Amino acid sequence: MTINQIFVFLENKYGKLNEVLGVLAKEQIRIIAATVADTTEFGILRLIVSNPQQAFRILKENQISANLTEVLTICTDSAAGSFARTLSYFTQAGINIEYMYCFSVTAKSILVIRTNNYEAAREVIRRQNLDCVSESNLMNL
Amino acid sequence: MAAIPIRDCVRLHSSSGTTGNSTVVLHSAKDLEAWANQVARCMYMVGIRDTDIFQNTSRYGMFTGGLGFQYGAERLGALTVPTAAGNTKRQIKFIRDFGTTCLHIIPSYATRLAEVMQEEGIDPRKDTQLKIICIGAEPHLEEQRKRIEQLLDVKAYNCFGMSEMNGPGVAFECTEQNGLHIWEDYVLVEVIDPDTLEPVPDGEIGELVLTTLNREAMPLIRYRTRDLTCILTGECACGRTHKRISRFQGRSDDMIILKGVNLFPIQVEKILMNFKELGSNYLITLETINNNDEMLIEVELSELFTDDFGVLQRLEKEITRQLKDKLLVTPRLKLVGKGSLPVQEGKAVRVKDRRTFN
Repeated sequence: MTINQIFVFLENKYGKLNEVLGVLAKEQIRIIAATVADTTEFGILRLIVSNPQQAFRILKENQISANLTEVLTICTDSAAGSFARTLSYFTQAGINIEYMYCFSVTAKSILVIRTNNYEAAREVIRRQNLDCVSESNLMNL
Repeated sequence: MAAIPIRDCVRLHSSSGTTGNSTVVLHSAKDLEAWANQVARCMYMVGIRDTDIFQNTSRYGMFTGGLGFQYGAERLGALTVPTAAGNTKRQIKFIRDFGTTCLHIIPSYATRLAEVMQEEGIDPRKDTQLKIICIGAEPHLEEQRKRIEQLLDVKAYNCFGMSEMNGPGVAFECTEQNGLHIWEDYVLVEVIDPDTLEPVPDGEIGELVLTTLNREAMPLIRYRTRDLTCILTGECACGRTHKRISRFQGRSDDMIILKGVNLFPIQVEKILMNFKELGSNYLITLETINNNDEMLIEVELSELFTDDFGVLQRLEKEITRQLKDKLLVTPRLKLVGKGSLPVQEGKAVRVKDRRTFN
């Protein structure tokens, strides 16, 4: 139900993002989704990649501040209201969402959710029979 | 540490460093009397008289620039306005309301004061009575003095002191503005090579070493100031025969002087090392932003432990708070990724001084 997301510390400095992406490109890591959250001094790049463990190792070898974190990846269709309905299950269960973003592949939308209560979130997913993307399925998206 | 019984001491001051490097100096009543005379002499030398109105923008308390100038100005008979530090608009209001003619101010704050006056549409030439200011407690170049003089339409005189030698008044420029007279009836002056510890000839740069001649509570013999200077040769056109020392050329150790506060990189390091989230590489950059001298501390994260902004920002805040508490200046803190600061080999270069003086 959860997959490993890579996150990278980005200084607010010219070319920094490109440097990180370049390192991953060289090692043939596929980037499936990316988002950058930023303050004035630094940003955090969050990535869903084809092989998170390998990506993490590569970043580490290249002296880039990065780590892995667990996120939920839930598949919905891209019809109007799907997103709202999916999130409402979590809201009703009293689950806080720390951050989220989504990306689309063909007719599917994938919601990436970070929460502070994975146990409750798993329960919601089971009860509502939500479709999750597993790490092994990432490559086939 | 006192050479007389503590009951005969009437005050103590502590140098601006508040951690392991702080230096406590005790004073007898006679010591304070002598100090006041010394400062009064300096102020008289630059043309301040009992008809003047003297505003002291220095911090009071343990910092000697406050009470040192206060007692000196009172001894001279000037009307004193002890505003102490901060609140620039209020400083300007007092300068105008009380007709302040003389100021004691740190150089970076003098340019800031001029800047705020400009923003408020105040012309120092027409709207104030300022004519003489004493600048010190912070290294500055001739260019910065000229700029302050031009901005505020005043004469600015460089003063030198250190709490170990009472405080302000150890050496002071005369109206010739060519070197600082150091009072040889108070201190015995030597300039040495910091490596060989041998005296250097007049005119050559070395470390200033001072011996107090008449202090009761805490006499000091051959005190190494760590300040680099040289004794100027020849006679001063003002006619005074006390030796002159040059404007300070730096330090023989790694002490940083920022806004009148003395600090060492090791103090910063000690605090940073308490945070397990941080790596061991850091860099201190001193820079001038909007005419204000500031300290930027960049420090590498160890492993990136969270992608929660709240946690990272709380960490930044907490480190800044601890640094501020210990250093008495508020640094700008920047967390940087691992490996993004230059790798330190051999003797680490922890401080970059990019301060500008114009």
